[in-house]
Amino acid sequence: MAAAGSSSVRLLMPSELNANGIDAPTTASRLWGVVKTWLVVVPFFLFAFMFLVLPALSITVGSFSDNDTGAFTLANIIELRRPSIVSAYSVSVRISVVTALLGGVFGFLMAWAVSLGQLPRWVRSALLTFSGVASNFAGVPLAFAFVATIGRLGAVTVLLKALGVDLYGAGFSLYTFIGLCLTYLYFQLPLMILVITPSLDGMKTQWREACQSLGGSTWQFWRFIALPILTPPLLGAMVLLFGNAFGAYATAYALTSGQINLVTMVIGQQISGDALHNPGLGNALALGMVVIMVISVAIYTLLSRRSARWLNR
Amino acid sequence: MGIQKSTRWIAWLWLVLGAMYFVVPLIATAEFSLRAKKGVYSLLAYQNVFAQSKFYESFGFSLQMAALTIIVGMVLVLPTAYWVNLKLPQLRPVIEFVTLLPFVVPAVVLAYGLIKIYSRPPLLLTPSPALLVAGYVALALPYLYRSIDAGLRAIDIKTLTEAAQSLGASPANVLFRVIAPNLRVALLSGAFLTFATVIGEYTLASLLVWPAFAPYINLVNSSKVYEPSALAVISFLLTWGSIGLIQALGGRRSDSSQLAGTR
Repeated sequence: MAAAGSSSVRLLMPSELNANGIDAPTTASRLWGVVKTWLVVVPFFLFAFMFLVLPALSITVGSFSDNDTGAFTLANIIELRRPSIVSAYSVSVRISVVTALLGGVFGFLMAWAVSLGQLPRWVRSALLTFSGVASNFAGVPLAFAFVATIGRLGAVTVLLKALGVDLYGAGFSLYTFIGLCLTYLYFQLPLMILVITPSLDGMKTQWREACQSLGGSTWQFWRFIALPILTPPLLGAMVLLFGNAFGAYATAYALTSGQINLVTMVIGQQISGDALHNPGLGNALALGMVVIMVISVAIYTLLSRRSARWLNR
Repeated sequence: MGIQKSTRWIAWLWLVLGAMYFVVPLIATAEFSLRAKKGVYSLLAYQNVFAQSKFYESFGFSLQMAALTIIVGMVLVLPTAYWVNLKLPQLRPVIEFVTLLPFVVPAVVLAYGLIKIYSRPPLLLTPSPALLVAGYVALALPYLYRSIDAGLRAIDIKTLTEAAQSLGASPANVLFRVIAPNLRVALLSGAFLTFATVIGEYTLASLLVWPAFAPYINLVNSSKVYEPSALAVISFLLTWGSIGLIQALGGRRSDSSQLAGTR
């Protein structure tokens, strides 16, 4: 009965009732009502604090603490200049930028095709359903699918070889940067399609008609109307893709057995047994990831606010 | 008319190109998984997979984790989302912030932080699967919250609550017998998405060292050739089944639900 009680107390609370002399709740009971109202959300926030905020906080504090004394230090942050760590960040950022751009462009084109390309209705729902599945099809099985496709003995590799194109002879390998990009695109493209289709749907036909009636060409419509309106959601979606690739661990691990030098791999090695021989540095490494993710989420939030001006999602 | 026609052609072109990229790996994996017997297609790899007791153990473990994650997640999110909508709308920005956290803290970083805090007293949780479930719930929070919140906004919870209360329903009755049934679609799609995610989750399970399904698949890969492909096909079918069920339920295609944690 606790929650129901609090709601009836609140119904009687407005000051005009008190002025008319209907029994005013005492300060204590009013306070109890407020406490009861907030009590309901305590478990949720306690959980979020223990299993999301506290880990992040502990990593942050650890980044600025000396390993032995616990005193404040910037040594761990400075240690991030180690060449191996700089290179891990660089590979992670490059892979995320490349897959965000490629996934962004091709995902946009596919979303455009089903949204504005006058294709049959079923094509659209089939693509969106498939994207929902594929954007969740990451990790170990995805890695195996690509090994079976363009691994050394993969179907496409073998087929191309029969046609006279020797992929691996030409220097291609699934287990390197380029192979990882190709694999990541399998969840980046669908994510782009899912995120950008609502924006394309929000484009009003009146805008196109207005442009046409004023003598505008298709090119002019896209250059001066559609692209300016779509730029914020497009950029926002690509930032989302960047973050999606940047934090990915399972796919890269399964594909390269942890051999590729990504930030997430190094953190994984650090967990399995202080591979950096410096727990403080492990913290700083993880903090660096969080900072980059915070920046991308902030940009995403700003851009999606901007895009809401024209396209009500 | 000419422009319209060429638009459609270009649309088909991009779609077919993209579809090939999507479909070829699936066909290749399926084909590869059938090649275990020399010279003929057979289901031998699948028979081998299903003959392993480890397969059932790891899958059973992941099933349990998924069930626990769904239950804990719902118990945490449903009352909170309901209450915030009804009484504490001022908490919305805080909730927004919390649901962004799993994206900001990738799974591998979350594992790092969880192990750092909970691998020693006073809170020694690493020996218990509870920590794994907590991690999964944390990763599932964004889409669970968003899907339930969207469901709550689509119905008039204020009127429903007042009507139920005026008929003498207790708060628990209001929540579970009046509000929850109206959220069937949102709750079920949240549950299926959580199921799909937990069954395929590798990062937390392997870093917290639990014998879950995805680490098992990866383990098989080190000793077998065709079985991993068979497991990949099974895994894809499971994901397809869960998401397909969401679609069949008429779960709305939500863009924001994609802002979940990375894997």
